[in-house]
Amino acid sequence: MSTTTTAELLKGAAELFPDEVVTQAHVRHLDLPYGAGKFALITLDNGFDHTKPTTFGPGSLANLNTALDQVEKEAADGDIVGVGITGKPFIFAVGADLKGVELLKRHEDALAIGKGGHEVFKRLSGLAVPTFAYYNGAAMGGGVEVGLHCSYRTVSKALPAFSLPEVFLGLVPGWGGCALLPNLIGADKAVSVIIENSLNQNKQLKGQQVFDLGIADALFEGADFLEQSLIWTANVLKGDVTVERPEIDRGESWDQAVAKGRFIADGKVHGAAPAAYRALDIIAAAKSGDLQAGFDAEDQALADLIMGGELRAGIYAFNLVQKRAKRPAGAPDKNLARPVTKVGVVGAGLMASQLALLFLRRLEVPVVLTDIDQERVDKGVGYVQAEIDKLLGKGRINQDKANRLKALVSGVLDKAEGFSDADFIIEAVFEEIGVKQQVFAEVEAVAPAHAILATNTSSLSVSEMASKLKHPERVVGFHFFNPVAILPLLEIVRGEKTDDASLATAFGVAKKLKKTAVLVKDAPAFVVNRILTRFMGEIQNVIDEGTPVETAEKAIEPLGLPMSPLVLLELVGPAIGLHVSETLNRAFPERFTVSPNLAAVVKAGKRGFYVYDSGKPELDPEVAALLKQGDVVLTEEQVRDRVLDAVAQEIGLMLDEGVVAEAQDIDLCLITGAGWPFHLGGITPYLDREGVSERVTGKKFLAPGVASVPA
Amino acid sequence: MPRTARDVVFVDGVRTPFGKAGPKGIYHETRADDLVVKAIRELLRRNPDLDPAKIDEVAIAATTQIGDQGLTIGRTAGILAGLPQSVPGYSIDRMCAGALTAVTTTAGSIAFGAYDAVIAGGVEHMGRHPMGEGVDPNPRFVSEKLVDESALFMGMTAENLHDRYPHITKQRADEYAVRSQEKAAKAYANGKIQQDLVPISVRNTNAEVGETGWGLVTADEPMRPGTTLENLAGLKTPFRTHGRVTAGNAAGLNDGATASIIASEDFARENGLPVKMRLVSYAFAGVEPEVMGYGPIPATEKALAKAGLGIGDIGLFEVNEAFAVQVLAFLDHYGIADDDARVNQYGGAIAFGHPLASSGVRLMTQLARQFEEQPQVRYGLTTMCVGFGMGATVIWENPHFDGGNK
Repeated sequence: MSTTTTAELLKGAAELFPDEVVTQAHVRHLDLPYGAGKFALITLDNGFDHTKPTTFGPGSLANLNTALDQVEKEAADGDIVGVGITGKPFIFAVGADLKGVELLKRHEDALAIGKGGHEVFKRLSGLAVPTFAYYNGAAMGGGVEVGLHCSYRTVSKALPAFSLPEVFLGLVPGWGGCALLPNLIGADKAVSVIIENSLNQNKQLKGQQVFDLGIADALFEGADFLEQSLIWTANVLKGDVTVERPEIDRGESWDQAVAKGRFIADGKVHGAAPAAYRALDIIAAAKSGDLQAGFDAEDQALADLIMGGELRAGIYAFNLVQKRAKRPAGAPDKNLARPVTKVGVVGAGLMASQLALLFLRRLEVPVVLTDIDQERVDKGVGYVQAEIDKLLGKGRINQDKANRLKALVSGVLDKAEGFSDADFIIEAVFEEIGVKQQVFAEVEAVAPAHAILATNTSSLSVSEMASKLKHPERVVGFHFFNPVAILPLLEIVRGEKTDDASLATAFGVAKKLKKTAVLVKDAPAFVVNRILTRFMGEIQNVIDEGTPVETAEKAIEPLGLPMSPLVLLELVGPAIGLHVSETLNRAFPERFTVSPNLAAVVKAGKRGFYVYDSGKPELDPEVAALLKQGDVVLTEEQVRDRVLDAVAQEIGLMLDEGVVAEAQDIDLCLITGAGWPFHLGGITPYLDREGVSERVTGKKFLAPGVASVPA
Repeated sequence: MPRTARDVVFVDGVRTPFGKAGPKGIYHETRADDLVVKAIRELLRRNPDLDPAKIDEVAIAATTQIGDQGLTIGRTAGILAGLPQSVPGYSIDRMCAGALTAVTTTAGSIAFGAYDAVIAGGVEHMGRHPMGEGVDPNPRFVSEKLVDESALFMGMTAENLHDRYPHITKQRADEYAVRSQEKAAKAYANGKIQQDLVPISVRNTNAEVGETGWGLVTADEPMRPGTTLENLAGLKTPFRTHGRVTAGNAAGLNDGATASIIASEDFARENGLPVKMRLVSYAFAGVEPEVMGYGPIPATEKALAKAGLGIGDIGLFEVNEAFAVQVLAFLDHYGIADDDARVNQYGGAIAFGHPLASSGVRLMTQLARQFEEQPQVRYGLTTMCVGFGMGATVIWENPHFDGGNK
């Protein structure tokens, strides 16, 4: 048994994190209404406004600990009838300060953080008087957990975001969340909050849901939330309000809930990231109601995960999408951007129509589509209008907004009529260089001199496309990912002659489109398609050489990708996959092959390798009959090594070529354009920690500590 | 079209506790609009039988209609309070009689038939909006001697009133002030005041002021129970050397808000709402701006005349205590003793504070409570002096009146 006090533990931890934004725990006394008595209210406040939410680092925990020293004594002496805890305006508390977690190098230091939080928060349930948490605003992670240790909770109807996001990042709710929540609201609901919401793109709960789930005992409107919470507190303390919580079912349903959680985790991370499973283990054990055992298990899980690569990759990935995505590396001064008050779209096919819809919704400027015949134009405009009606039907926009958007979209045959006053014209026509050059020549003839000409090409050279124009400096690549409405990535391609003003305008438009823009060089297939094609090509190679399809697919499962390679191929479309591989084969014949089996599948008009008659993907017998395989059969491990080596090699070459500024941009692209998971950090943190990078390129992609435990 | 004037009633009224204006005051970090919004919400909570969609108007008064008291606060407060968007609102200004005017103006419209039920109230955050903020008096006031230069400074007008009535001495004013504090403390002890207060959460980030973090205000901050004549005797007379007006015998600079429900009597009865007072008459009168404290006298004369009543018919008085001298001038005029039990039974603004445009409804809320307790009284009045030389009086009838037979 350690004799270290909580204060000493936190002091030690604080020394490791000198840059912590320290949260104060203000203690203020007040007289409750109805003569209910003197009450101590703790306000968590880091001294900044709501744009810098309150967090918990070791110094913050120490402050809360000191506040609890004070109220513990007052409670014991009978000076107060209760203790409350709330946050600064709009923010309750958003949990542990991740910057402090990133700095930790030793298992025992990580353990101290978990233990420190527990030791402080636990005191809230051990006071001589009842304790109340008032969730006034955003509450996440440790913020939620500090309230779970209290006797009662109220929540504001105006609360916009409430979550235990730890599993999303690669942690477990480790300051009581895993043990307390199922004991408060039952295992099934706790699994929804801790596992399902986290793995569902970190879904946030609103105040009403927090109340409906039974996490909070009372719900009050935002306008006088704290007043009503304190009045309610007075009534509870006087016995005028009795809090009744439903009995927790500790029977079989508990195990079923945990099993459901495992099923959800398997579906999302396929066993490749440990956090969800560690959380589920603790939830499973919490059935006994032994909270201290749960807290101890949380400490261990936290420390193990903090010292593991998945969490470090997760935090790295989180920072990429939260920070790097907002300040694209290499983007020119945004003041150079020109205003975009009208958009032209060349082509009215499905992709073009989707782009038109996106520009319309985000920019709210006139968008005009053109195509080669009236029928296609009408179809494109009709698609956009139908999508607007769908949004209206779902209540996402109101009638006025629908009217506005519909009035802004139009289609014409004559480019001169459509584009003569457009500032930004994007083409989404057939993927053939001659066709695209022809289209741009026609557009240049009628568009204003300042207009940006953007191409949504996925694999053609932007410079070549611009080469025959009078003003090639205004051509940029603007490569979206399917589905356009869902995947955030936008690869912005700088051609040889693209000037800064055009590029700045492109970045400005991307920001308004709410896309994650990454600047890429005009290199074959840019970033995501090049890596995915190399990745898929290597799988196709081993299949062609003789490894069974099933083995090749299973070899990739340990990565926990959102879908298997051949399912992805089906989503992209085998014909498009083949086309991109042909393009890259022309550019880099030594590394990119064109699979004869894939060509045969495309030729046969098949849309994928699988049939789903049994509900699960099974190799289509017709495809199986088409496959001509060699006799080299690899093991799963051998397949995995070959595929990862190929990916590492390609990334190394891309960085050497300067396709993007840094490995971070590769990862950002893979996360936002291909949905590659946080626990891989995109891919380079995974390649580094599995030793692939060093094996292939002789060095790691990232410096130690960037997405790994610091040296 | 033929039209019948309808009876108008005071359904209910609430207020925030009043605070001291300034950096050490309880509301220093609280917005003015939030104060009145919370008062409106409490009013609605207390009267669940009033369907918010049936509210026809939100009339909110503020003297300084800038910043968080600007932007047509009657409208913005309605939205912020969660009233349906279909409920309109507007702003009113008659300085100290703002909330009183919000009541009478909407009451007139109710009698006319334009409204059935309204929210009427006022707010003044004199810490965020000091008296005189942004004013730009026309220079003709001075060049043409339209008003005396002292007219803009309320404390000076109170000294002027002492000049006019030399028999109202500083001693009398101080004695009156001590009684106001005593009565207020007694009313608090008996729980008369708290029942109509809305608790307000307040934040303090300045450790020099006191404990930091969120707190809850459940009582008036300006009160000074236990005030003695000796305490008051030594106070400075900031408006004139050797003057008579001090911080002790005048209301302070305060922050606070009030709100009331005013309705036609038929509407109130049909909707099961309480009827706490019935409006009899109201009147406003102008006086020389440099003795604005005289205003309640001609205003009351007019209101009594309209009602066909004499001063002897009035059983309870709620006189706003901007300055003790102004109350005493009123009492002297009607031959009422300084310590008459009918006047300001719960104490007045000298104790509770006077956040200018909000105070009128405080007077009404207190009179309504006194009506409840004293069914032998048939009529009462609320009156106040108003800056730039005005007075405002409303006469009310006690719906609990038992015929005086008890």
